[in-house]
Amino acid sequence: MSDASAHALEHHEPVTSTGIPNKKVLMWAFLGSDCMFFGTLISTHLIYRKISATVGGNFLDIRDVFDIELTSFSTFILLASSLFMALAVSAIHKGNLKSTRWMLLGTIVFGAIFLACQVYEFTHFVHAPGNELTLSTYRGEPHVFGSTFYVLTGTHGTHVAIGVFWLLGWLAYSFTGKMSTAHALDVEICGLYWHFVDIVWIIIFPVVYLMEYAL
Amino acid sequence: MATESIKYLSPDTENKAKTQVFPRPGQHTTGLIDWLTTIDHKKIGLMYGLTALFFLIVGGIEALLIRSQLWDHNMTVLTNREYNQMFTMHGTTMVFLVIMPLSAAFFNFVMPLQIGARDVAFPRMNTLSLWCFIVGGLVLNLSWFFTGGSPAIGWFGYAPLTDTRFAEVIGDMGPDFWIFSLQILGVASLLASFNFITTIINMRAPGMTMMRLPVFTWMTLIVSFLIILAFPAITIALVELMFDRTYGTNFFDFLEGGKPHLWQHLFWIFGHPEVYILILPAMGIVSEVIPVFSRKPLFGYGLIVFSGAIIGFMGFAVWSHHMFTTGMGVVATSAFAMLTMLIAIPTGVKIFNWIGTMWGGRIRFDTPMLFALGFITMFMIGGFTGIMHSSVPIDAQHQDSYFVVAHFHYVLIGGALFGLYCGFYFWLPKMSGRLMNEKLGKFVFTLMFIGFNLTFFPMHYLGMIGQPRRTHTYNEGHGFEMWNQAATIGAFILGVGIVIGIYQFVNSFFNKKLKPAGKNPWDARTLEWTLSSPVKEYNFSRTPIIKARDQAWENNYGSKENHSEKEPLDDHGVHMPDRSWWPLVTALGLFGLCLGMLFHRNIDPSGELVRNYTVAIAGGAVMVFGIIMWALEGPGGYHLFPKEEEE
Repeated sequence: MSDASAHALEHHEPVTSTGIPNKKVLMWAFLGSDCMFFGTLISTHLIYRKISATVGGNFLDIRDVFDIELTSFSTFILLASSLFMALAVSAIHKGNLKSTRWMLLGTIVFGAIFLACQVYEFTHFVHAPGNELTLSTYRGEPHVFGSTFYVLTGTHGTHVAIGVFWLLGWLAYSFTGKMSTAHALDVEICGLYWHFVDIVWIIIFPVVYLMEYAL
Repeated sequence: MATESIKYLSPDTENKAKTQVFPRPGQHTTGLIDWLTTIDHKKIGLMYGLTALFFLIVGGIEALLIRSQLWDHNMTVLTNREYNQMFTMHGTTMVFLVIMPLSAAFFNFVMPLQIGARDVAFPRMNTLSLWCFIVGGLVLNLSWFFTGGSPAIGWFGYAPLTDTRFAEVIGDMGPDFWIFSLQILGVASLLASFNFITTIINMRAPGMTMMRLPVFTWMTLIVSFLIILAFPAITIALVELMFDRTYGTNFFDFLEGGKPHLWQHLFWIFGHPEVYILILPAMGIVSEVIPVFSRKPLFGYGLIVFSGAIIGFMGFAVWSHHMFTTGMGVVATSAFAMLTMLIAIPTGVKIFNWIGTMWGGRIRFDTPMLFALGFITMFMIGGFTGIMHSSVPIDAQHQDSYFVVAHFHYVLIGGALFGLYCGFYFWLPKMSGRLMNEKLGKFVFTLMFIGFNLTFFPMHYLGMIGQPRRTHTYNEGHGFEMWNQAATIGAFILGVGIVIGIYQFVNSFFNKKLKPAGKNPWDARTLEWTLSSPVKEYNFSRTPIIKARDQAWENNYGSKENHSEKEPLDDHGVHMPDRSWWPLVTALGLFGLCLGMLFHRNIDPSGELVRNYTVAIAGGAVMVFGIIMWALEGPGGYHLFPKEEEE
């Protein structure tokens, strides 16, 4: 919208009953729902984890294929990206476009590193010599671990990817010259999503990876 | 709709529109383009309603085919596979394409009016919900035309019926269509629910506190929470099933270590809250209708609201009563039996509240009230048999018999559908601006009441003497014939009643001879009845300031200090959001994505499986493009300046 009167229409933020902006309530409701999505996936994984370990009569140790050092590194990277995200939100609230841009870029790069690690991990697992973990087998035998593992971590990866594209959208928008503190709320909501996806990983990492070394 | 008194502030939207390749429809859009791009919650509600009534006829025909097949022993109207397809499609259609969208129609039309809002919080997202629902219905019914025909797996899709290895027809695509249509319908329901939650929490008129919300709005809120918390379970279950069928994972494949039992848990963790998703809106409607026609305030408003909330909460803790015969173990079975008995308490509380409302009232037996009374009595019968099933040994006897079919039809037709018809007879004058013929309405009620009971009451007996459900025929000598014939006759009577009802609803929009409804034909109590019928596009010319729970009633009969006031109109006037093409484009992209995923597998001449994702990627690209354009165009909008009395 180019002219002034139309611009006034654009930023006619309605007063809400609770004082919380509509978009924020929407995002919180979505995150509540998303908890149930991941809850279902994590439950599926936990239910099958032990049951399926002995299919075929042999106990199969999934640690033979896991690369815990790599996953720990990517976990650290993903958690660190949350710091950049928080700084980006803070910068746009202050109207510091330059800083916002850099912080968004930082979040995107760290998110992309995480995704690259996941792609490497998946490829590595499927082709691990002697320990192939595919969607339906482990070491060539029928197994459910691959099913729950790939679909659970893959769904999380999809969430990260959507977040990266969303942030890329903001980064691109910041070069159009239209971005201002009026968009602080929108970036903040993007941030809510990003932090949530991080928090989900904080649950997935111990439950799916670390637990295999402890229990 | 714009009258001369309404100024048009920013003509630039329309001038601008002409310069674009894909113009955004302006303020004065009419006709087909208006219906395709509308963001008005009232029009969206109407489209939800009309589409759902169409699917009610489709699902009804499927039901009548089932009943015709069961008319006598060893009938051959349908083959066994066709019979399985019919009850699968009947169940899926009635749950996802009829009762839920009919409820959504009322949520959309009534709820914003009841809280004094001009629209829902996210009008364009509301349009996307509508188109997703229509696309989902389309995908489900497209299954008839491809390999294997429609799914023959039951609306519950129990594993291993869905396992590709056990398909009756090689390359059966029915279950795939079923999976994808339920996913799209899930998107529609989730988006709509996020929208309704935000609207009710955030867009109430000043003075409309939570405990002044009409009960129907409360039930909308509770149902929306149920949807956003229950749908993820089935979405993930369907994702897992899709991976099983498409990429060979082992989630529910018992030959490779998967557990079919898990499917039942995931399905019913969704499926039981779903039961309350279907019935709570009807309870909300009845809670609005009974006080109006008893000329008394609702008895125990707080109790009704909290009972609804408790039902919603406990609805998540009773799912395994659908699985008593699967051998879950004594502890789990007893716990779920106890919780199931417990959930009857808040339901009973509501029934006593409705009776208490009528007690000592001056009851008028207009058509909506007849349906409300029908709802209470029929729902109670369904509720009683429900309590019977909470007892594990009785449940084991009734499992998979016609007794269960009788039980849930008493809840879903005698309960939900009667409640929704009650809503149509009550609110349609507000939508169309015309009153319907009372005599015809009462005739419809009589037909439906008699037909319904004649169909489903004998099924209790049939179940007790051992007729199994989901079985395409029965042999001679069991004594099943007579009551099956009664049920079939009843089903056709019920069908005629439902169709005359639909005729009456549609007719009220076109028949100019019908009496105009005026603002408040029933002398009703809630805010929507202070507006003209049909409601103006901006709903309220001035935002009302709410002083009491039954505001329309207080305005007419209450003391001066309880009359609602009106906020002055500021310089901006009434802000109306612009129509948009992008929700439709996004939904069509989703449609393409689903078709692409459904047909991405081919067998090449050498017998190898070839995957071709071109169509899926193209559809996905259209969807993403739609979302990006949607974000870039912004809410837009124009301003109206209606006079105060124009509402």
